[in-house]
This record gives sequence, C-alpha cells and structure tokens, in this order.
Amino acid sequence: MSLKLSLHTKPEVPLEADVICPDKLIGVDEAAVAALTVFHGNDQVALGDFFTVKGQCDGEVHIEGDLANVKHLGSEMTTGKMTIDGNVGQHLGACMSGGEIVVEGNAHDWVAPEMIGGRVTIKGSAGHLIGSAYRGSPIGMQGGEIIIHGDVKNETGNAMRGGLIAIGGNTGDFTGVNMLAGTIIVLGEMGIRNGASMKRGTILSMHDTPMIPTFSYACTYNPTYLRLYLSYIRNLGLEVSDAQLNGNYKRWVGDAIELNKGEILLYAS
Amino acid sequence: MKIKSTEIVDTFAEAFKMCGGRVIITAESKQWALAAAQSITGFATSVIGCQCEAGIEKELSTDETPDNRPGISVLMFAMDADGLGKRLMERVGQCVMTCPTTACFNGLESDTTVNVGGQLRYFGDGHQSSKVLGAQRLWRIPVMDGEFVVDERFGIQDAVGGGNILILGKDQKTTLRAAIAATKAMREIGGIILPFPNGVVRSGSKVGSKYKALIASSNDAYCPTLRAVTSESLVPEGVNCVLEIVIDGLNEEAVADAMRVGLHAAVKPGIKQLSAGNYGGDLGQYHLHLHKILEASQSS
Repeated sequence: MSLKLSLHTKPEVPLEADVICPDKLIGVDEAAVAALTVFHGNDQVALGDFFTVKGQCDGEVHIEGDLANVKHLGSEMTTGKMTIDGNVGQHLGACMSGGEIVVEGNAHDWVAPEMIGGRVTIKGSAGHLIGSAYRGSPIGMQGGEIIIHGDVKNETGNAMRGGLIAIGGNTGDFTGVNMLAGTIIVLGEMGIRNGASMKRGTILSMHDTPMIPTFSYACTYNPTYLRLYLSYIRNLGLEVSDAQLNGNYKRWVGDAIELNKGEILLYAS
Repeated sequence: MKIKSTEIVDTFAEAFKMCGGRVIITAESKQWALAAAQSITGFATSVIGCQCEAGIEKELSTDETPDNRPGISVLMFAMDADGLGKRLMERVGQCVMTCPTTACFNGLESDTTVNVGGQLRYFGDGHQSSKVLGAQRLWRIPVMDGEFVVDERFGIQDAVGGGNILILGKDQKTTLRAAIAATKAMREIGGIILPFPNGVVRSGSKVGSKYKALIASSNDAYCPTLRAVTSESLVPEGVNCVLEIVIDGLNEEAVADAMRVGLHAAVKPGIKQLSAGNYGGDLGQYHLHLHKILEASQSS
C-alpha cells in the first residue's frame, strides 16, 4: 500500500519538507507522518497542517496539489518512488542517490543538485541550475539521470561530473558551464556560452548554437555511442527521430582554457 | 538403437567444463560486422592449439543490437576465466577494433566479468574517453574513421566444450552431405557454436601420442585407412569416411539440444553409424549419452 499526501492548504511562504522522502516514511503510520516537522518560513509546523495523509508508505509516495512553494521533496532519497501530480518547488531530489521521482507538472530551480544516483523525470519544464553544484561547491551531479520533457533555464549541469541530463525542449545560457564529465542532451535549442570552462564531458544539441571562441571545430561524424544514448532517452519518452539517431554531428572540442577534452556535438544532418 | 537404417551407437560424448563469453559486434552494414566476426573467430578451432575456441552464434537484426545497427553474435570459450579474458582482449583489439565502422558490446549478463575495453582504451594514448549509461561503461577510442566503441567489461560464465557427434558413412561424399545437414540443423540452436571449419572436423584426436612432446594425436580408432592395422579400430566394415562435429555451448542443455537435432539431421542413406567421441569417461565433467539425448526428445 502506498502513501498518499494531498495538499489541503497552500503555503504562503516556502515550505521546507525534506521529510517527504520514501526513506523517511517507509512503515510510518498516518498519524506519525502527519506529525512530522516541516518548516513554513521560519516556523516549525506539522506536515498535517498542510497535507492530508492517507495510507502507509511501502516504498511509494504519491503527492498531489500545487507544490510550487514546497521545497526539498525527496532530498537525500536513496530508494523507492515518489510521484508528484502537480508542480513542485526548489531543490527537488537534492543529493539523491537512488530511487525515482516523477513530476507530472513543472519544477522550480535546482532540480536534483549534486545528485549521485537514481532518476528524476519532469514531464513539464524546469528552472535554473538543473543537476548543478551548490554555490561554492566544486562538483555537481555525479551520477543518475534527470529527464525533463520541457524547457529549462540557465546553468544546466553546472560542474556536473557524471550521469545524464536530457532536455526535451530548450535550455538557457551556460549549459554545461564548468562541466567535469557526464552527458547533457538538449533536443531543442541552447542559449549562449555553452560549455564555458568545461574540462571533459559531452553537450549535445539538435540545433546550431553560437560557440565561444575557446572551442575548436574537429569534424563531422556519426558517433556510435550516441546511438545508445538517443535510443535510451527515446525509450524514456523523449522525441528522437530516426534521422537524429542515424545522423551526423559536428564535433567541437573545448574549453581550451581548461583541459580541452570536452565536446559539444551539434546535429548536422 | 536405430533411426531408419542408421545405427545410433550406445556411447557418450565426453565434454569439458570451460569458460564462455558472448561478444556482439555491430557495424555500418552486415558485411563489415561479418568481416570482424570472421576475423575474431579465426584460428580458434581447438584449445589444444589455439588457446580458445570461437564461432559465430548468429546474425542479429538492428532491433537486437545495442546501437541499432546490424550485428553478429560471437561465442568464445577458453579453459578458465583468466585465459578467456586475455583472448577477448587480444582478439577484440586485433580483429574488431581494426575493422572499419565496428563497435563491440558484451552480450552475456553475468556477475563475473573480465576487463576488455578497460585495457584496450590505452590504445587511445590519452585521447580515449569513457561514457557511463546506467550500469554500462563504454570506452571511446579515437580511430581513423571516427571512434571505436567497446564495453569496458564482458560477462563470462561456466560453459561446456567438446560436445560431439561422429558420422560414419559409406564414402566421403555421403558423409559430407550428412555432416552439412547436421551442422545446418545445429546452428538453429542458440547458445552454441561449431568451432571447426564449416562446423566439421576430420582430424579427430585422442589424448597423448607415441611422441612424448605431443598431448594429442590422430584418433586412429576412427581412421578408415588404419582399420586393418590397428587392433582397436572402431570403423565398421563398409565405412570409408568418418567426420566429427564438435559443439561448444553456454550450458549442457544447449549442447545436448544441438547434438539431438544434429543426430536426427545426419540420418541419411549410406550413413551406417552415428557415434560420439570420449576418453573413457575419466577426463570430462560432462557425459552426453546419445541414447538418453534421443530418448529425452521422444518423451518431451
């Protein structure tokens, strides 16, 4: 039997609800879940003040309502599945290392910062700094997968060191900034200054983009490994055409002010 | 036991515990994948002289391969995990990486793995890079037509080598025809290969030799030319040609299945006996009795 949380009172200021995580809810009864402490602004309140609790968590948590002002859902999650039927606030799945989060609506900034494993799927769009490092931290996402069907804003994958970020729509500026390794696939268009200061890793876009001057064009070719990635995200529900799967890609190498071992691949034909 | 006019000798094939792995080779076209597969399975008929046994298992459609390109599935066997790891590394490096457009993937899920791509990556001279997708780590090695992509680790498992049938016919032409029919039927079975040329071997061997340096020598008991000079000849009167089909498989069941369909297919006019090679039962871990294999098929 899964646990169902329904938002009955919309928070006026951000509600910090890192207790909403399968790890912390498995086997806990309804009353105890409703009594868990959350922060409404700087006030300590009970989870039940905002959510109706029904059922018991057997590894799955289903949440419904407009959670755009509810932060830190699934923080440090290691197992289980969380489904959110609505929008969700900042820091979803922060530092998570396992399990799966599915958001049927949109997500705010900081989706899965410093993620280690597991998968986050956003059916709508999301904000800035997806899978990124926290400010002052040298390493962002290290593993796992973030799949976003819509658009995202700036600094996607900032300081990313592993894993996969796939964006079905467009990204803002500085996609893959400070990237250390890993893979970012953008099926739409990217903003400007992508890959700035990247050391290694792959940024792929299906559209041309202005390149910063510290990237150099290498060749146009059909990267075999890309077929595995594109097939994989297609199976996850993103739209990848056969032409893209079999096509050629322009390979740009950079950033020359760093190791010059990163790559930006742009679909050619 | 007889099937039509062919006697099925009451004996068994003595097979050995080996270590097996599956390699998936893909390429821009079936022709290039096949070229690499033929190369990697070359000089791999018997562990006696080749250090491994290998063969093409089957062709793969674009739906069946990791990168959605045409592919070939190859099985490779050695006497132990260490040996198989070395052979895989050598052969993938020399026969697949060298072949235009190819990529090479692990085709066997197993808890036991050997490092292949993780060693070949050094050919990239520092320009290699890896990609991790789920639990799979791939290596990208820059080559002159783009990149060679290879799985870091390949699964291996206990396997069975040396399953066999012997076809004893009235002449070479008749026996060849029966052998071809048998190999065609056997290749429909998954998880097995027939490592000898076109699946057939004429130089069956026995253990040891009068020459101390040799560990194996001609199986004189089945050489028709020696029927009058060896006291232990197993060549019946009227038989003038004997051919053997050796089967290696990922498990005993697959080898037995291949032997069963092969025995049925080899029954032809002019085939006097179908038998199997063994060493008295003391060497091999698996004894595949012909009658039991055929009786099992009748009851199932």
